[in-house]
Amino acid sequence: MQGVYTIFRKEVGDHFTSYRFIILFALILMVSLILVYMSGMSLKESLEGGVKPKFVFLLLFTSSGSLFSMAQFVAFFGPLIGLLLGFDAINRERTSGTLSKIVSQPIYRDSIINGKFLAGVFTISIMLISIVLLVSGLGLLLIGVVPGIEEILRIIIYLIISIFYISFWLGVAILFSVLFRSVATSALAALALWIFFSFFVSLGANVLANAVAPIEKDRATVEMIEKHVKIQRAISLFSPMVLYRDATTTIIDPTRRTTKSLLFITPMEKLSLERFKSPLSLLQSLLVVIPQVTILIAITLICFGITYTVFMLQEIRSM
Amino acid sequence: MKEEIIKTDGLTKIYGRHVAVDNLSFEVNEGEIFGFLGPNGSGKTTTILILLGLTYPTKGDAIVCGFNPIREAVKIKRIVGYLPEHVGFYDDMTARENLKFTARLNRIPDEESDKKIEELLEIVGLSGFSDKKVGTYSRGMRQRLGIAEVLIKDPKLVVLDEPTLGLDLEGSIQLIELIKNLSKEKGITVLFSSHHLNEVQRIADRIGIMIQGKMVAKGPIETLAKEKLGVDKGEYTLEELYLKYFQEG
Repeated sequence: MQGVYTIFRKEVGDHFTSYRFIILFALILMVSLILVYMSGMSLKESLEGGVKPKFVFLLLFTSSGSLFSMAQFVAFFGPLIGLLLGFDAINRERTSGTLSKIVSQPIYRDSIINGKFLAGVFTISIMLISIVLLVSGLGLLLIGVVPGIEEILRIIIYLIISIFYISFWLGVAILFSVLFRSVATSALAALALWIFFSFFVSLGANVLANAVAPIEKDRATVEMIEKHVKIQRAISLFSPMVLYRDATTTIIDPTRRTTKSLLFITPMEKLSLERFKSPLSLLQSLLVVIPQVTILIAITLICFGITYTVFMLQEIRSM
Repeated sequence: MKEEIIKTDGLTKIYGRHVAVDNLSFEVNEGEIFGFLGPNGSGKTTTILILLGLTYPTKGDAIVCGFNPIREAVKIKRIVGYLPEHVGFYDDMTARENLKFTARLNRIPDEESDKKIEELLEIVGLSGFSDKKVGTYSRGMRQRLGIAEVLIKDPKLVVLDEPTLGLDLEGSIQLIELIKNLSKEKGITVLFSSHHLNEVQRIADRIGIMIQGKMVAKGPIETLAKEKLGVDKGEYTLEELYLKYFQEG
């Protein structure tokens, strides 16, 4: 444990003093503040004079002012935090010759990978928590509504899922840093995977669904559309981003009863529907997203497991 | 009879089809300086890695300080200092911080290591540079810092892989003298590999010559010279001896 702790301590120190981290943190904080400011302002406007609905505070994270919501932003941009914190974890040490030094100290080899992964997770947690706190502070000032206990719990669960989601990407990045000798290659591979899962999976899901179950324009039946959507959904579930988005939007939006998109409802109808239906309790929301959360946690652990195994089996010679 | 710190028996390491270490049996006694000679790629580094438990032998056994490197690598690494061929430091940290990190990995409490780091930096002649970032160090300084790092755990045995590689003559001599003095003063056993013959001749009590994974000769230099060249002390150079073995090997 001493080894893990020593490496953890050093890595955390390195993260927090690196320009990479500071720039990333500043960027994300800035965008988040702008997003929440915009959604806060539009919320304030629409709340003017009317009766305040339940869970106003959570709307800060889910409603989009004019761009996109805070939750969408984290889903899209979050992976980059994980990737940037991990893509050179092992191979940088290898090129600088410090890895062979560390492995010749009296620690178990897995302490290195454990320490680095934990340090990354810790950094991610600090980053997310502080951003959400700052953003909530701004939201409080803007709309002047104090969040209830359930809202706070929902935000905490949202944070936990987010940390797992970003840790998954951290795991991917560390895996690449173990597999590839060159820092540039591992960075590129990690970015490519991120782009693939963020854009191409949903794009590919569309293409495939069109090919397997095309919707004929003139004679579209409900069954046809249903089949099409089902296929599209099944494929897009391969993307961790979709899983995460499904899970978190349900958690921070109590009015959502399903993770599926409400396909046959027009936006206006949807809005009016949401006005009148009563929100789900926290427990119910959690039940809805259990599959997604389980998969997210599972792929994070699998990814770390693969990294661990590959690293343990690697020949030191090549270090 | 002195105690054997290292003893190997039929050590063999095969990478794919390439036999890196071939049926190697040798021993290093307590307190001596053992010079490991051989051309590049003759299996010196591989042998060292096996001894430290950093890679596993295909066949054969080894005992280092009474421990088995396959099963008790961590115990070995607790008392054996190893300076790799290309020693690495965190360039954006100072010499002191680098040593501190290594000390922590060795479970040395901070209060203890502070004093020790000062001492060691003094010994290797870097006390004036202890708060400079290692990135600004010259090759010779890095190598000396490497020695300090190896000594931080109070090792029984020190393994140095090509410690003078890339150093100029003056730097090499300084380093070699440093190693020699440390070994004699503190009674540390030293195993070091090199292909600089005059260095080896200068400090090694015994040598082992490795060619293509095999140890073709081992023993005190004088004995080997007598056997192979038929000459007495002072009338040979290690170079001649080495060439002789190399031609036969």
